[in-house]
Amino acid sequence: MRSLDQTIDEVLNLAAVHFKVARVELRPGDDFFKKLGIDSLQALELLTRLEQHFRVELPDYEVQGVSDFKTLAERIQARL
Amino acid sequence: MQAEAFLVSFPIYIAEEKAGQRGMLELKEYESLGAALREAVERWAGEVCLIEDDRGREKLRLTYKEFGETGRRLARGLEDSGFAAGDRAAIIMTNQSKWLISAYAIFYAGGVVVPLDYKLTPGEQLALLAHSKARVLVVEWHLWRAMTQAENLSGLDVNTVLVTDAPANADLYGARRWVEFAAAAKGEPEFRARRRADAACIIYSSGTGGRPKGCVMTHENYLEQCVALTSLYPFWPGVRYLSILPTNHAIDFMVGFIGPFTCGAAVVHLRTLRPEFVREAFPKYKITYMTLVPLVLKNLQKGLQERFDELPAGKRMAFHALRALNKLLTRRRPNVALSRRLLPQVHAAFGGELRALFVGGAFTEPATLQFFYDLGIPVANAYGLTEAGTAVSLNDFKPFRPDTVGRPLPGMEVRIVKPGPDGIGEVAVRSKTVMSHYLDDPELTAETIVDGWLMTGDLGRMDRSGHLQLFGRKKNMIVTEEGKNIYPEDIETVFEGLPVKEFCVFAANYLWPKRTMTGEQLVIVLHTEAGQAVREPLRAELAERNRRLLNYKRIHGYVVWEEDFPRTASLKIKRAVLAEQIGRRLGREAVVAL
Repeated sequence: MRSLDQTIDEVLNLAAVHFKVARVELRPGDDFFKKLGIDSLQALELLTRLEQHFRVELPDYEVQGVSDFKTLAERIQARL
Repeated sequence: MQAEAFLVSFPIYIAEEKAGQRGMLELKEYESLGAALREAVERWAGEVCLIEDDRGREKLRLTYKEFGETGRRLARGLEDSGFAAGDRAAIIMTNQSKWLISAYAIFYAGGVVVPLDYKLTPGEQLALLAHSKARVLVVEWHLWRAMTQAENLSGLDVNTVLVTDAPANADLYGARRWVEFAAAAKGEPEFRARRRADAACIIYSSGTGGRPKGCVMTHENYLEQCVALTSLYPFWPGVRYLSILPTNHAIDFMVGFIGPFTCGAAVVHLRTLRPEFVREAFPKYKITYMTLVPLVLKNLQKGLQERFDELPAGKRMAFHALRALNKLLTRRRPNVALSRRLLPQVHAAFGGELRALFVGGAFTEPATLQFFYDLGIPVANAYGLTEAGTAVSLNDFKPFRPDTVGRPLPGMEVRIVKPGPDGIGEVAVRSKTVMSHYLDDPELTAETIVDGWLMTGDLGRMDRSGHLQLFGRKKNMIVTEEGKNIYPEDIETVFEGLPVKEFCVFAANYLWPKRTMTGEQLVIVLHTEAGQAVREPLRAELAERNRRLLNYKRIHGYVVWEEDFPRTASLKIKRAVLAEQIGRRLGREAVVAL
């Protein structure tokens, strides 16, 4: 079982790889729309990528209104 | 102007089928949506009306008969619980079958539907519920759960809360399960007739943080809209409409519910709107039509363009040649059958039966529309706003004019008020589809509907061929590419208590008029205390408060203003006066990005 810190770390790693940004620039509290410069559709792409990685299904309503990596990781963690 | 604006793109490569030949209801003969839907349920009893899919797994398929039976049981339950003709019932749900079944039941029982946006915060939903005075709330369990945690829950005053999608053994927080409520109802409900002038829906076009704008739409408004749209763009049994825009929005309510249902067509709902599942739905369900927002259309364009660019050189050349040929052969009017033969792979990706796409919610760039048109996927520009009904004007493809939003729809009068030398002025609309009034706000209604004309707040010009072109807004609001309308007043509450003397949020284009409908942004004007500079703690607080807003509602930057805001006797900011002062004395370069 992963710890929340591990989940956060993996979320940041995946986001960095998927959107080709330096991992060191991403912090848990960052707003991923702003930090990654992405729109809502690209955020959905990231979500799919995260679901595949963590082998969980996140209903759309679970992530509605979420815009920072940490909260996203918490929602994933709750379903692991 | 206070109206919520949206732009719609309608495909109408003039359908060769006439509505009457296909058995569409003669809507002029009906007094209400309930009566029309009741007839549809009988006429197309054996046809499929709803399909629900979740991540590629089909979850539900209903015929009109089954839809009608469940709807009537729910109506009976509502009537047994004291719901009377003219009572209001709110729906807060994502797109799914129970949204439409609930609406049918409410109409059947003579009620007024109050569709609320499921993406609003629970506090906002509760505030609008209170304003609407709804007696019944139909809501998805997870949304209801969030509402029960909101501070203003104590103000909730509804008799019945019905929840859908609640897990087994879930705490219902005093609500009843939708399924059990309908199943428990015994006997046939009474069909309660309504007249055309009676309210059918109350649609909130804005006002979540400020003055609620509840557009009271009559049965006549919808029946007339439906006649106008389907005269150009008919549905029929066998058509499959993919519904992904929220049904609470005027566009999907009309094009993803009333339109197809009064023609015996089917609506497909997806429980998740991830792009990959939307893409899969086209071939899986052989989609005929779909409405999307410009952001999604551009995403589709990007995906297609990448695929074209990856083609080996020889195939790419052949593709370009075929596309050019298609463009040439369809320059006068679309011909989807021909385009499917010329560009089979492109059309196969869309399921092979797509006849056109609708784009709704915001302005669509002509280049994007042209991209699809050249591939043989017609997407016509149109323009509308909630207050006016779904669409005001519509491109008729005679020929394709992506630079305009089309000609006025049948029954729609459009005029340009006080045009300048360039012919540009405020667009005003008169039609049977224009809303009755704003709920409980005669003052706002009087400002908005002047001598029978709806003042849209949008700037436009009619060209010689009768096409409407848009050139920005006169009103203080923005529309995002995702089709979200944002009124500055609605987001100011987040900044209340900011340590400055006073502040005000504006659409940048309202301060500095720009003849464009894209790239709109919000700015906050800060009147600081004497000698106060905007330094890091204040900037950080601004940024922190900004983050509390949903991403599409966030402000872009701030402007420092060193004078008192002009105010009315009741101390309300005179926004128009302030905007004029700022626009005159500062330029856009004064905006500091956050």
